[in-house]
Amino acid sequence: MNHEEIEISVKNFNLWYADNQALKNINLDIPRRRITALIGPSGCGKTSFIRCLNRMNDLIPTVRTEGEMLLNNENINHKDVDVVSLRKKVGMVFQKPNPFPSSVFENVAYGPRIHGEKNKQQLAQIVEESLKNAALWDEVRDRIDRSALSLSGGQQQRLCIARTLAVHPDIILLDEPCSALDPISTSKIEDLMVKLKEHYTIIIVTHNMQQAARVSDYTAFFLHGKIIEFDETKKLFKKPKEKSTEDYITGRFG
Amino acid sequence: MNLQEKRQRKDQLFAVICLASTITGIVLLALLLCDIFVKGFSWLSWDFICSYPSRFPERAGIKSAFWGSIWLILLTAALALPMGVSAAIYLEEYAPRSRLTKIIEINIFNLAGVPSVVYGILGLALFVRGLSLGKSLIAGALTLSLLVLPIIIISTKEALSAVPKSLREASYGLGASRWQTIRYQVLPSAMPWILTGSILALSRAIGETAPLIMIGALTFVAFTPQTPLDPFTAMPIQIFNWISRPQPEFANIASAAIIVLLLVLLTMNAAAIILRRKYQKKLQG
Ligand SMILES: Nc1ncnc2c1ncn2[C@@H]1O[C@H](COP(=O)(O)OP(=O)(O)OP(=O)(O)O)[C@@H](O)[C@H]1O
Ligand SMILES: [Mg+2]
Repeated sequence: MNHEEIEISVKNFNLWYADNQALKNINLDIPRRRITALIGPSGCGKTSFIRCLNRMNDLIPTVRTEGEMLLNNENINHKDVDVVSLRKKVGMVFQKPNPFPSSVFENVAYGPRIHGEKNKQQLAQIVEESLKNAALWDEVRDRIDRSALSLSGGQQQRLCIARTLAVHPDIILLDEPCSALDPISTSKIEDLMVKLKEHYTIIIVTHNMQQAARVSDYTAFFLHGKIIEFDETKKLFKKPKEKSTEDYITGRFG
Repeated sequence: MNLQEKRQRKDQLFAVICLASTITGIVLLALLLCDIFVKGFSWLSWDFICSYPSRFPERAGIKSAFWGSIWLILLTAALALPMGVSAAIYLEEYAPRSRLTKIIEINIFNLAGVPSVVYGILGLALFVRGLSLGKSLIAGALTLSLLVLPIIIISTKEALSAVPKSLREASYGLGASRWQTIRYQVLPSAMPWILTGSILALSRAIGETAPLIMIGALTFVAFTPQTPLDPFTAMPIQIFNWISRPQPEFANIASAAIIVLLLVLLTMNAAAIILRRKYQKKLQG
């Protein structure tokens, strides 16, 4: 850990939904240009956590947070932070695929367009490149003007990934991106992540232990809103320090 | 009789009651329509639509009332739609969730239930006299705008809040500002429902008589309005006027006018449906 550059540093972070505390005293240093996997049983707070990293929780009125999340030495949660540029920097792929009810092309072009790209050729190029990166291009090249809602669930999820890539963020948050995908697209996405980490910091939530072990460099184990263990993936999977981590990754609960 | 049978009985009884109520409603409506068609149909002709009212039943027409109503509804739409939709966007998307907002929203709901004659009195005091607009089209349109505004705001607010949260999140997640999210994602998604609600509200306005009588719309007009400041009459007023005349022919002419009014209403509702279909197709591809 010492030799890594830190992209986001989380310090004593707490989160409540009204009176229900979902994150408890989280401390975590997320290294730059690495893949960090978040694992843990359902309801332990993984989604709540990553939604804080791009202030998506601002949209939920009951959410209250405490503590710091430092990105380039700036506290993400400070009220003066420009959330629009934060979210441009920290892209997110949601747990459920949520394409816009418009064409495949429009879905991917939307991001660059709202950030000021007007050149049609440039847009077309970004769209193609993003779709290729998300391993979707071959399947949709002939129907790029068809509605995104006519794609299958797995294709929609890859479209959402393509859409996020098109904005060229620094950090990509992926909330179970492969839960609706077949093994072939899953391995395409995994290859993509490995390729992307040359330039991007990637945080992925996954319920698939093999996936976490295969692609991630670091893994954090969440339980009941706390981080039980955080380490290099190799170490965490080979020799977990905590009993509950071991139980979880060997499938004894959760 | 065991429990199962008892339950089935109750089920059947309920179904019968519902069916009976539906049939009663439909039969009454059918009778009403029949009556109107029988009386009015033979009076319907192109001449009827293209002539001004007259003391002589054979020569009476609804030209001025027809164009008066069309003017009214277009002006009302031009005034009430932008205002209503903007107000709904503000309340739904921008207003802080404070007690004040809540109070405003409740009051808008209440306003939607205020009898239309009250709006007429307000229009008379505010527009006809206060702003010295006189008994003009614009005064009528402003009054009708007040009347439909709450309905448009409520239906637009509902359309906006029905837009799935995931759609907003998708847009915000890409770094869109609030206005971009509303402009490019929320409004297009809600548009079919906004249009439907607005057109239904406007079709309520086109049938209103009471507020127009209050603000003093004329009952006998032998010209079509040329500008919004002209005096006017409207179809419901013309109908009201004809029905209250002693000669029996005028009752039939009133029926013919009602048929025209119904046709206009049906056209508006059909437009609502077509627009909604078109938008939905565009969204779903
Ligand atoms: N919008 C919300 N309002 C209130 N409580 C919420 C909300 N979202 C999540 N929670 C609560 O916060 C806790 C953590 O939920 P979260 O969605 O972060 O879990 P998760 O680890 O992502 O689970 P999963 O693996 O099932 O996606 C849960 O107890 C959940 O009930
Ligand atoms: Mg989750």
